[in-house]
Amino acid sequence: MRASSRIWLAAAVMLALLPWVPGLQSDSARSLLTQMGIASVFALSYNLLLGQTGLLSFGHALYFGLGGYASIHFLRAINAGLPIPTPFVPLAGAAAGLAFGVVFGALTTRRGGTVFALISLGLGEWVYASTLMLPSFSGGESGITASRTKAPHWLGLDFGSQLQVYYVTAFWLLASAVLLHAFMRTPVGRLANAVRDNAERVEFIGYNPQRVRFIVFSVSAAFAGLAGGLHAINYEIVAAEALSATRSGAVLLMVYIGGVHHFVGAILGAIAITWLQVSLSDYTTAWLLYLGLLFMGIVAFVPGGLAGLAMMHLAALRTHALPAIARSYLVALPFALVASIGAVTLIEIAYRRATQPEAGTLMKLFWIPMDTAKPWPWIGAALLAAAGAFALYRAWPRVASAWAEAGEEMHARA
Amino acid sequence: MKEIVAFSLLNGAVYGLLLFMLSSGLTLIFSLMGVLNFAHASVFMLGAYFSWQISRWVGFWPALVVAPLLCAMVGAAIERFGLRRVHRQGHVAEILFTFGLAYVIGELVIMAWGRNPIENHVPAVIDFAAFRVFGTSYPFYKVLMMGISVAMFAFLYVAFKRTRLGLIIQAALTHPQMVGALGHDVPRLFVLVFAIGSALAGLAGVIGGFALLTEPNMAANLGPIVFVVVVVGGLGSIPGAFVASMLIGLLQTFAVAIDYSWLDLFRALGWKVAPGSMLREVWSVKLSQAAPILPYVLLVLMLIVRPRGFMGTRET
Amino acid sequence: MHEPETAQPPIALELADVHKSFGATPVIRGVSLAIPRGERHAIIGPNGAGKSTLFNLMSGRLAPTRGRIRLQGEEIAGKRPFRIARRGLSRSFQVTNIFARMTVRENVRCSVLWSLGYRYSFLRSIDKLRDANERTDETLERIGLASRRDALAGVLTYAEQRALEIGVTIAGGAKVILLDEPTAGMSRPETEAAVELIRSVSHDRTLVMVEHDMSVVFGLADRVSVLVYGEIVASDTPERIRAHDAVRSAYLGASDA
Repeated sequence: MRASSRIWLAAAVMLALLPWVPGLQSDSARSLLTQMGIASVFALSYNLLLGQTGLLSFGHALYFGLGGYASIHFLRAINAGLPIPTPFVPLAGAAAGLAFGVVFGALTTRRGGTVFALISLGLGEWVYASTLMLPSFSGGESGITASRTKAPHWLGLDFGSQLQVYYVTAFWLLASAVLLHAFMRTPVGRLANAVRDNAERVEFIGYNPQRVRFIVFSVSAAFAGLAGGLHAINYEIVAAEALSATRSGAVLLMVYIGGVHHFVGAILGAIAITWLQVSLSDYTTAWLLYLGLLFMGIVAFVPGGLAGLAMMHLAALRTHALPAIARSYLVALPFALVASIGAVTLIEIAYRRATQPEAGTLMKLFWIPMDTAKPWPWIGAALLAAAGAFALYRAWPRVASAWAEAGEEMHARA
Repeated sequence: MKEIVAFSLLNGAVYGLLLFMLSSGLTLIFSLMGVLNFAHASVFMLGAYFSWQISRWVGFWPALVVAPLLCAMVGAAIERFGLRRVHRQGHVAEILFTFGLAYVIGELVIMAWGRNPIENHVPAVIDFAAFRVFGTSYPFYKVLMMGISVAMFAFLYVAFKRTRLGLIIQAALTHPQMVGALGHDVPRLFVLVFAIGSALAGLAGVIGGFALLTEPNMAANLGPIVFVVVVVGGLGSIPGAFVASMLIGLLQTFAVAIDYSWLDLFRALGWKVAPGSMLREVWSVKLSQAAPILPYVLLVLMLIVRPRGFMGTRET
Repeated sequence: MHEPETAQPPIALELADVHKSFGATPVIRGVSLAIPRGERHAIIGPNGAGKSTLFNLMSGRLAPTRGRIRLQGEEIAGKRPFRIARRGLSRSFQVTNIFARMTVRENVRCSVLWSLGYRYSFLRSIDKLRDANERTDETLERIGLASRRDALAGVLTYAEQRALEIGVTIAGGAKVILLDEPTAGMSRPETEAAVELIRSVSHDRTLVMVEHDMSVVFGLADRVSVLVYGEIVASDTPERIRAHDAVRSAYLGASDA
């Protein structure tokens, strides 16, 4: 069997076994897995746009949301008697995504780069605002509901349980990944990469970059719509927030933090951000700030994202600089920790004071009780943050030089 | 009727000039550095908050001067310590950096002043009537807003077309290495441009903070419209930004005053639309309800008809 | 996929009174040139004479303010670059203009697609297109980068990138090739290798090149045109150009780079 087929088989097996892993057998865990799956499909569609073709869109949730709405209306039709089983509903989402992708894409892919980004922003805002004005299509702010169980049974299943919804999602995730990966191996896929790297040169080898962008855009919108359909099945409700700027921003964050250059980065980012969104918001109201800072850090310092970071470290494993890198981490890590603790404390107490005055001034951070009305938590946190940052700044050259060593070795081997 | 038209004209002009203050700073930074600054509206928001805070401590007139200066420093810091690292990665990375920054500034504002809107009232010192129009008085602070905006346009024009510094900055956009080789400090020029653009945004914030609600969502509400202005006017053109700002400002303001819908028009013409149809919903939207989306409609129309905007040059 | 030789007109590329101004500044002031099929033609001239502008006009990156440009007898002035490329004209760039994040092999492979009849297809894997892969391998051999086929284009050495630049230009089998300073920045041995490469790839094609290195010009060109301030001051065989008074005073006073 070819290597790539083996990987897909392994992925399929892993997806099939995932909900049976000890600790993941509860409905809430499986619900989280399903959400990650949906986000992954959405992120893969966005990776096609940004990572493979260099098209930065701030309004991709448009196709996710419209696909979601189409799917929920389709599901309602099924509830009313249309004899199609639930697992096929996402196809309605994909069809809607494709249709809108073709129409809007023809308009917007005439320009690339910055103008495309702004247009995607404006278009997204327009459709979002318009959806709110058309309650019979969109249910306004409260959304449209349907039932995933009131449908013909398929393979004896009624798709009511979270486990079954997970498997539907996992199936479509695998199918999307296989299809998108294959798409990148076609002539249009290769040309998409060429357009990303040098759209001008593509003209000189005989192709119209606008046509390439248009095709990629339409395909990407179709898969975003598919993700919207999965969303509709999972929640049994679709509301205007499905096509909001917030959701568009979220998928951008996912793909970039995960690693915009790599296919697998989209999935990594989807998993990480979904987990953060669900879990971190339980611990702190400042989670959006942390997310924003993480994003800025990745853009400025680690443009390859989590996937790039992982690949870098995997490559470094084979060099002789590995011990030096490990040692430099050992030195730098404690300082980074101290600085982080100080900064997080400062942020948390500031948030408490500004946004939850009714909760009082006493709180417990890192197992230490403190009173935000007193000066010492502020001063202490500020000192920790400053001291840790300064020490990190002094320790950083060791890390940099260890990596430079590794880099030289890797380059010489190339 | 005459009153509505007159007031809509005046208010539309004020709003348009506010949009112009914002979009000119954005255009400046874009056309001179190629960076689309997503955090521009966030600096506008900072201007409003700074001005409120400073007003509480010292009074309005100092705030009018100090708040934009603070915003200039923020802008300079953004470029010097943040964007400078990202320039070599290309324009997409620059946009994304400012995109993340917009989130972060929004959260920092929440951290400092809370999630709720703050009581940013027009300061007593400029809260009086300027003149009367058809029997109703028009507030002075709006006239002040207009005055400051117009003065700003004049300043920008003179600064960039007539001064040596302006010429240098124009040259530095397309040929940064050449300008550097001629002995000018291009990185420092970029910091300066960012500072000026941010000061403009901050100034807009000081005044806009009274006209609009001062809250953490300010930036997210106004930001997209400023981008529409910049695209419709033609990326990189300040006169274009002016035309687009005024057009959108007047359009939205007039639309808000019109409480009629397509359905009313059909009724006047004697056409019938079947009740209960989904399209009927579309037709029944009043223009005043649709006002928030009019800028985006204009954007799409402009894209179809004239992709480069009113006064843009062909995009490279 | 060879067109019958008889169907091709004798003049491969022709410029008729071409003018180009940027705003009020004229850069090309009435250039007329007729390059017969199969000729190797060099364009030389001092810096700022407008040589790259001329290339940009011929390849569609710019549109002339006035005048006509004909490729194999067909009018191409002001057409989009991809339309001109499809008609059989291909150009290289002075500043290397390749696909930096794709491998050397991918770079060349994308360049062969259109000429082999593949359009915007997305239903078959590119690895299955035998003719595309064969033509790619052939081109890689010719430009000497077969051993680097899996390296990312961005990490190649300067000379390797220049070779790839030429490879991307010729891979599609264009009949008219424009090379913009192909040996710029190369050492002597690298230049000699590049000249051999250019000689072999321009066999039975029409070649127009901009060059500063006189040894390259005199070694390769059948005819030389001298461009000064946007006008052709002389157009003749290399030997006669060398002896030309106007050319000497304008340009050849300095020794070759």
